[in-house]
Amino acid sequence: MTQQLIYVLAGIAALLVIASATGVVLERRASEPRARETVHNLNARIRAWWVMIVVLGGAIVLGETTTIILFTLLSFMALREFWTLTPSRRGDHVALFLSFFVVLPLHYLLLGVGRYGLFSIFIPVYAFLILPAVTTLAGDTSEFLARSAKVQWGLMLTVYAVSHAPALLLLETGGPAALLLVYLIVVVQLSDVFQYVWGKLLGRRLLAPGISPSKTVEGLVGGALSAILVGTLLHGLTPFTPLQAAAISAVIVVAGFFGGFVLSAIKRDLKAKDWGYLIEGHGGVLDRIDSLTFAAPLFFHMTRYWFAA
Amino acid sequence: MTELVSGLLIWLVRLLLGARADWRGCAPNSERRIYFANHSSHFDTLAVMAALPPPVRRLTRPAAAQDYWGASPARRFIAERCLRAVLIDRAPPAGTDPLAPLQRALEGGCSILIFPEGTRGDGEAIARFRSGIFQLSQRFPDVDLVPVYLDNLQRILPKGSFLIVPITCTARFGAPLRAAPGEERGAFLERARAAVLQLAEPGSAR
Repeated sequence: MTQQLIYVLAGIAALLVIASATGVVLERRASEPRARETVHNLNARIRAWWVMIVVLGGAIVLGETTTIILFTLLSFMALREFWTLTPSRRGDHVALFLSFFVVLPLHYLLLGVGRYGLFSIFIPVYAFLILPAVTTLAGDTSEFLARSAKVQWGLMLTVYAVSHAPALLLLETGGPAALLLVYLIVVVQLSDVFQYVWGKLLGRRLLAPGISPSKTVEGLVGGALSAILVGTLLHGLTPFTPLQAAAISAVIVVAGFFGGFVLSAIKRDLKAKDWGYLIEGHGGVLDRIDSLTFAAPLFFHMTRYWFAA
Repeated sequence: MTELVSGLLIWLVRLLLGARADWRGCAPNSERRIYFANHSSHFDTLAVMAALPPPVRRLTRPAAAQDYWGASPARRFIAERCLRAVLIDRAPPAGTDPLAPLQRALEGGCSILIFPEGTRGDGEAIARFRSGIFQLSQRFPDVDLVPVYLDNLQRILPKGSFLIVPITCTARFGAPLRAAPGEERGAFLERARAAVLQLAEPGSAR
């Protein structure tokens, strides 16, 4: 438990207090129905942020084990959302059961006991081979290739990629590893928030209406630059110099953007607007951690190869 | 005790299965209704009951197969006491009216939930409806019949498996229908089945 961690969490809480206050003011001023709806959605998002910060901050403060358990649960809920929307056939039943109750817990267990080597190949190699092998036993070859790919994608996105965020706790960079996790989450999530805010304020040109009806060029540029600025200012939480922090933030932001984009494309393919209904104003867990799925492995590897002992 | 157990059961179902309600064709209300749903898993009854808002749930009694739900004291307790199920004999002796218990429930002012396929399907298709729903529509011409489609349940616990996959299910409630005057039995059963099938269309989802 470090002083710095407390400062960061207090800083985020202060930002949320300002956001909540702004929300109250906007609520009073909004008169048109469309503006009201936007403000209502904004306030729901702010309330959800409070819950997320308390849960995540609490887990991180309590230590490594609780953080890993929290991410295990997040992965579980995300995988559940993935399979609720993705069609499967009767023949996939055992593979799905194993994904939820064997592969997912084992993967996080390997993380918990610090077996990095096995952790990094367990899903990409062993789940990849074993799950389709088990599925053949059901004897249903219809769309077999596509079905096997869906099983693997579900695990890679919601379990493997996401788990690289808590895996940061394994790294020895000379400073408290929990701060690296906080840094990653702050930059990724602020990038989303800034993109949303800049998009609402200045957004004109739609980036790719076929994939996301709300993402705009102005939102992306403004959001990315703001998040990189914050990431640079927060370099003190990390072993990075300001310049390195700027470059790494840029990678986080770009990866996060594509994470959101790829998961949106999958949603459109599945004809859904949101992944779930858990968080009011945010959709499901997967809607919230979509950017993290892409940003976490990149940030983890950059930190591990260049800054860890 | 029963209140506690049924509350716990409903809570557990919501946690494990989601059991979200999607009121597409009508709004929940406390009028007497006949809900009819597709049947693909042992959780179907619990899922629909959990999806109903509590005031409506208290007024609704599910039909349950006597040969399954009456087979052991534990099942009987859950069915009769916790869910206030109406146990139905699926192979009634000649000369008896198998629908009599449901008729009594409706006459008593309750809504009922029935599975007109009669047995659990494979989840891929909806089987032909048995005629009980038609009989009820004739005996209660002023009661709305509400089609319900249970999505995903066959994937949670398919027939023939004991492994539960924790994906979430949705209960979609469609537009109410009634038997038209002079409507043939076969035509009505097909219309009722089509109403459930229509709710299965993924395109109209969300």
